[in-house]
Amino acid sequence: MKIDVLIPESPEEAVAQFGDGEGLSVMAGGTIMMQLLNYRRARPERVLMLHKAGLGYVGRNNGSMTIGAAAALSDLVDAPAPLGPCAANIGDPAIRGQATIGGNLFASPTPEFPLGDLQGPLLALGAMVRSAGAGGERTQPMEEFLANRGGRLALEITFEKPAAGAFASLRRPHSKHYTPLAVSGARAASGELRLAATGAGGPGRRLPSAEAAAASGAGSGEAGRAALADAEPADDALASAWYRGKVLPVLVERVLSQLEESS
Amino acid sequence: MKLIVNGAPREVGAAPLDSLLSVLREELDVTSVKAGCEAGGCGTCTVLLDGNPVRSCLIPAARAEGAEITTVEGLGTPDDPSPVQRSFLHHYALQCGFCTPGLVVAATAYLDGGGSDDPEDIAAAVSGHVCRCTGYGKIVDAIAAAARGDEFDMESTALDANTVVKTGG
Repeated sequence: MKIDVLIPESPEEAVAQFGDGEGLSVMAGGTIMMQLLNYRRARPERVLMLHKAGLGYVGRNNGSMTIGAAAALSDLVDAPAPLGPCAANIGDPAIRGQATIGGNLFASPTPEFPLGDLQGPLLALGAMVRSAGAGGERTQPMEEFLANRGGRLALEITFEKPAAGAFASLRRPHSKHYTPLAVSGARAASGELRLAATGAGGPGRRLPSAEAAAASGAGSGEAGRAALADAEPADDALASAWYRGKVLPVLVERVLSQLEESS
Repeated sequence: MKLIVNGAPREVGAAPLDSLLSVLREELDVTSVKAGCEAGGCGTCTVLLDGNPVRSCLIPAARAEGAEITTVEGLGTPDDPSPVQRSFLHHYALQCGFCTPGLVVAATAYLDGGGSDDPEDIAAAVSGHVCRCTGYGKIVDAIAAAARGDEFDMESTALDANTVVKTGG
């Protein structure tokens, strides 16, 4: 079957062609969708390609970062922690040059295959997502966006640079498509601490119990163990739920120690 | 649609979402580019797109339109191998040869970007490339030697490029 391909040349054109997103698949870097096409696991009828849409920018000003949804990971490796270290940990130079921050927001089709490594750092940084779709444009906190992202076209991600940030993860085999488990932490200029994990069940998730424990003055070890209440780890080919449960407290503890040292 | 492959403009009849890999191999007969996992994980289909390394299996033809695509055929010839190709030959950094085109392309991009002979930097640069026979030590040695600009007496290298091309397919 012939596939209808749309290649917008500006953000406005992309928004107009996306409409309400009905029946449309979006391709930014292609690292997710091309695999599905190569393996005949996806048969899209209409595809919106973003490589010419003018969404590949990365802006830094007045203590904040503004990132176009089609910006490549290779342009984010020197971003503040935890985003920079997380981006640098993904794939190799070729994959980082292709994969995009926007693609990461829509990754993770199943809980057993937790794609989307950047969701963790963006949750920890309290990032905001501007998106288009039915009802027009809106700007939402990352958690709200991840919970209800169907039918949206991500346009831009913004966050304030944190006072301190930290990232700790299981070693990522470079030929795999996601990191089995990673923890991101950021302390905002206001002093607020945010912790988030990927690989702890479904899309990236905040770790509110660990945050509360750390905020109440508990030691980093105790806060790490508290994170288990926030996780629903699953088995997959890279790690068992049991193993993830053993490692999550350790990674939380490492992130809290790093934050302690850098502030 | 028009692609520029190793400096030559080529007209192809590919559909927009056909992979660049399939266009190169099946339509243009550029068979140095190997079809491995076709999911971005093995590295052997790596080519340069406007000088940047990409997985050709993950690049739709529509994205490659008008871009400069470079494969190992565009880096050197059997009679005049590129510095990276000479170094791979001299260090025996290949055996079956399946991963070699992607590694040579990735190493070339690494050195074009000013990469050093530091083994850890080299390992990071080629970490997305899987080799199942030679082992990575000789590959890293070969890239380090090319980074230093080592000169080799190819006459004394038991393997020569023509032998590899004829037997390695």
